Amino acid sequence: MTEFTPVSALIGGVLIGLSVVFFMATMGRIAGISGIVSGLMNPKSSDFGWKLAFVAGLMVAPFVYAMMRPEDVSVAFPHSIGFIVAGGLLVGIGSRLGSGCTSGHGICGMARLSPRSIVATLTFMATGIITVFVIRMIGGAA
Amino acid sequence: MRIAASFISGGLFGLGLVISGMSNPAKVIGFLDITGNWDPSLALVMAGGLIVTAIGYRLVFRRAAPVCDSQFHVPTNRVIDARLVGGAAIFGIGWGLGGFCPGPGVVATALGYSEAIAFVAAMLVGMWLKDRLFGTA
Repeated sequence: MTEFTPVSALIGGVLIGLSVVFFMATMGRIAGISGIVSGLMNPKSSDFGWKLAFVAGLMVAPFVYAMMRPEDVSVAFPHSIGFIVAGGLLVGIGSRLGSGCTSGHGICGMARLSPRSIVATLTFMATGIITVFVIRMIGGAA
Repeated sequence: MRIAASFISGGLFGLGLVISGMSNPAKVIGFLDITGNWDPSLALVMAGGLIVTAIGYRLVFRRAAPVCDSQFHVPTNRVIDARLVGGAAIFGIGWGLGGFCPGPGVVATALGYSEAIAFVAAMLVGMWLKDRLFGTA
């Protein structure tokens, strides 16, 4: 199990907030990752260029950070690969159907006190908690 | 200008995800596991992000328009319908199954983890499937 890391969590959260605010100040848009990533499947759209640039930044910056401070980066997978792939499929369907994910609803929408985002965030938190609980009960960890 | 602003935004976002531990599925699952060995770290990620965004948005919206566009593009829909709740419910199940939401999945892909690559590939299929099953609206 993982340790409580309040300092790095707060620093990371503040960086995410700064990104979201900078994106609104410059591009005038919600920094919703699911919407931006799904836009990559539509290369003819006039929005394709900036979406690609956003995802490039999203990949390059952590890559460079992990090169510089490998001891600070840990990635581990408690659940089996079958669950991970099924999770990817459901995250893809659900984020598009529900018009957003943790970033668009959980940060951008909640900060605007959007009723839709508050309902969406409470809903995915609840089903996420239930899912992890059920997996632990049936012993589905890797 | 638009490309540079988007690249910087994505970069800051990715740094935030990797530093906070959001890109580590073990930490996400530890956060969702409230009846087990609960790791509350991600509540602080959210709190930090929300406070900065709530204050920052207020300042930004004092301007008539963003720097790189003629107007703000902010959702105005306030209707809570079955699509929203059902989509969020499905999303949460997927989040709990894999321990990834979209941003962290992309970040861990950049760090070269094969599980993350499989997650993102499945996620793109899911996004495509949603348009097939439910339309692009």
